[in-house]
Amino acid sequence: MKGNGRIIEYALSTLARRKFKNFSIAVVFSALIAVLSSILFLTHAYKTETLKLLDNSPEIILQNMSGGRHELIPTEYIKTLSGIAGVGQITPRYWGYYYDSLTSANYTLMAVDENMRDIQLIDGRMPQTDTECAVGRGVADLRQAGLKDDFFLITGAELSVNLKIVGIFTANSAILTNDLVVMTKDSLIKFFNMPADKATDITVEVNNPAEVSMVARKIRRAFPNSRPILKNELIRTYDNIFNWRGGIVLTMFFGAIAAFMIFVWDKATGINAQERREIGILKAIGWETADVLTLKFWEGAVVATGSFLTGLILAYVHVFYFNAQFLAPVLKGWSVLFPRFQPMPYIDIYQIFVLFFLTVVPYVAASVVPSWKAAISDPDAVMR
Amino acid sequence: MIFHTGVLALVAGSLIVLIMTLFSVAIALRIIIGWDITKSTAKQLILERQTYLVATIMKYVMGFQILSLFLFVYTADDIHKLFVGAMCATGSLNANPIGWSVLFAKIVIFFLCTMWLAINRVDELAEDYPLVRFKYKYLIALAPVIALEAYWQLDYFLGLRANVITSCCSSLFSDEGITVASSLASLPVGPSMYVFYGAGAVEIVLLFLLMKRPGSSPSLRYISGAWSLIFFIVSVASIISFVSIYYYETPVHHCPFDLLQKQYMFIGYPLYGSLFGGILFSMAAAVTEPFKKIDSIRTEIHNAQRRWTKISILLIIVFIIIATWPIVFSNFRAYD
Repeated sequence: MKGNGRIIEYALSTLARRKFKNFSIAVVFSALIAVLSSILFLTHAYKTETLKLLDNSPEIILQNMSGGRHELIPTEYIKTLSGIAGVGQITPRYWGYYYDSLTSANYTLMAVDENMRDIQLIDGRMPQTDTECAVGRGVADLRQAGLKDDFFLITGAELSVNLKIVGIFTANSAILTNDLVVMTKDSLIKFFNMPADKATDITVEVNNPAEVSMVARKIRRAFPNSRPILKNELIRTYDNIFNWRGGIVLTMFFGAIAAFMIFVWDKATGINAQERREIGILKAIGWETADVLTLKFWEGAVVATGSFLTGLILAYVHVFYFNAQFLAPVLKGWSVLFPRFQPMPYIDIYQIFVLFFLTVVPYVAASVVPSWKAAISDPDAVMR
Repeated sequence: MIFHTGVLALVAGSLIVLIMTLFSVAIALRIIIGWDITKSTAKQLILERQTYLVATIMKYVMGFQILSLFLFVYTADDIHKLFVGAMCATGSLNANPIGWSVLFAKIVIFFLCTMWLAINRVDELAEDYPLVRFKYKYLIALAPVIALEAYWQLDYFLGLRANVITSCCSSLFSDEGITVASSLASLPVGPSMYVFYGAGAVEIVLLFLLMKRPGSSPSLRYISGAWSLIFFIVSVASIISFVSIYYYETPVHHCPFDLLQKQYMFIGYPLYGSLFGGILFSMAAAVTEPFKKIDSIRTEIHNAQRRWTKISILLIIVFIIIATWPIVFSNFRAYD
C-alpha cells in the first residue's frame, strides 16, 4: 500500500497530463456550482434584509375588511383599542399607492407621522406645510428632480397638486424609501379624497411580546370585521416566499444537474487507449485494484474541490460585487422602482452543506462506476 | 411541502444514495449466488472485481449518510421560523412528528453502515474473502432501511405546513396553525448526572479491561459492545437533560441541536463527533468478534480490535471531558 500523499501527487500529474479533458469537466462543474450557490447566497441575503426591515415594523397592523377586501379603517376604533390591556402606542397610518403615468411607475404616498420626525436618512428635512414633500432617491432620479424643485402629482379628478421637494431620502435607506413620497396628513387626505374620520390602517404596539396573539384575539372580538396582521406572520410569510422563490429557481436547474451527471459519466467512460495503458502499467508494477481506485478517488477529489472553490468564488463575486445581475430579477420580483440593494456578504457552513449535496453527490454518483471500470482493466490485456 | 433549498438538497441526495444502494444490492445478489472462491473461472474473477465496486459505492453512501444527518438537523433548524411557537430544530421536528423517526433512522443507519465498513475492512485484509456472503447479505438487509428512511424524510417534508398569511380572508392566521411544542421532555438533572457518570465509568472500565487483556473472553467483548449502546442512549438523554443547560447557561433550554450552532462555538460537533466515534469503534470491535473463528482473519481481527478499542477509549474520554467542562468551569449552577 502506497502512502496517500504519493497517490495524490501521482493523481495531480495524471490530471495535468490530460489537461483538456479535465479542464472541460472543471469548467462545467464550476459553472454549475456558481449558479446554484448564487441562488443560495442571494436568497439568504434577501431573507436577512427583509427580516431586518420587519424587525422595526409594529407588532400588529390592524386593517379593516369589507366584503373580504381591505377597507379604510375608522379612527374611532382607537378609543376601544386603547382600552385593551397590554396595548402600547396606537398610531393611525395614512398611505396609498399612486400610479405616475409620466414615468410609468408606482409611488407609495405616505403621510408624515410622529415616528418619522427623528428619521436620520434624509437630505433636507421632512415636510411641514401642506405644499411640501420628501421623496425617495428612486423617485427623485426618475423625475430628475432635486431639492427645492417642484413636484406635481395628478389626482383622480385630473387636478394637479404642486408640491415642493424639501427632503430626499438617502440611498442608504433605499430598500425602505426608494418609491416613497412623504407629505403632510392633510395634504394626503385631500389628495386621495379620504373621509376625515378614516385612516388606511392602524398600527398597535404591544408591550409584552408574549401577549401579542392574545391582544390580537381581543381586537378580533371587538371588531369582527378587522384583520390584525402580526409581525411574526409577516416574517414567516416573507421567509417562506423567499424559500419558495429560491426553491423554484433551484428546481429549474435540476435539469442542468442531470445533464452534468451525464456529461461526467460520458467523460469518465471514454478513457482512451493511453489511459488504459497507464493503468495496465501501474497494475504490472504491483498496484492493486484498490490502489487504482484510491488514485481515481483523489483525481475526482481534486477536480471536485477545485471546481467547488472556483464556483463559490464566482458566485460570491457575482452576488456581492455585481449585485447578482443575472438572478436578481427572478428572485426579488418586479417593480419599476425597485430599490438598488447591495446584498450583505455572507456564507455559512449550512450553505456549503447544501451545495455539497446538490453538486458533489451527483458528481460522485456519476463517476463511480466508470472509474471502477477503468481500475479493473487487466495489465496483460492493455499492454499487448 | 416547503420549497427550501436545504429540503431539496436532502430529498435529491437521498434519492441518489438510494439508487446507489439499490445498484449495490443488485450486484450483491449476483455475488451471493455465484460466489465460489475455490474456482478460478472468468465469472468468479468478475465477481471478485465487483466486490471493489460495491465497497467503493458503500463508502460513498456511508459518507453521504453521515453528512445528511447533519444537513437534516441544520435544515430542521433553519425552517423553524415557519412554524408558530417553534424556536429551534426541536419545534420543526414536532411540527410533523415523523421527523423524529427520520432522525432516529439516520442515526441507526449511521451505525449500521459503519458496522458494515468495519466488517468489510477485516474482510479485505484476508486473502480469501471469507466474509463475502455475510457482508452482502447484510447489505441486502440494509437497503430497505435506507429506502424507508428516504421515504420517511420525503413524508416529513411533504407533511410540513408553514403557518403563513395565505389568503385575504378576515381571520387571525396564527390561530389556525396549532402551536408546536418548542421543548423536549427531559430527565431531572441530579439523577441523570449519577446515571451518566456511572454508565461512563463502567464503559471506560470495560474498554480498559479489553485493552489491557486483548485475549480475554469473547463474552466481555459482547458485554462491552452492548454496554456501548446503552451508554449512547444514556449520553443522548444526558445531553438533553443537563449538558445542554450548562452550555446554554439557562435552566429551561434543553435543545440538543442548538449546540451545533455558532453562538455555542460549534461545540456540538466535537461533542457528538467524539460520542458517535467512541461508540462506533467500541461496537465495531464487538461486531467483528464472532469472525475470529475463521483462521485466515483471526490475527487481523485481533489487531483491528486492539486499535479500535484504543481509539474508542480515547474518544469516550474526550466526550466525557467536553460534557463535563461547563459543569465545572461555567458560572451557571443548576442547584444552589
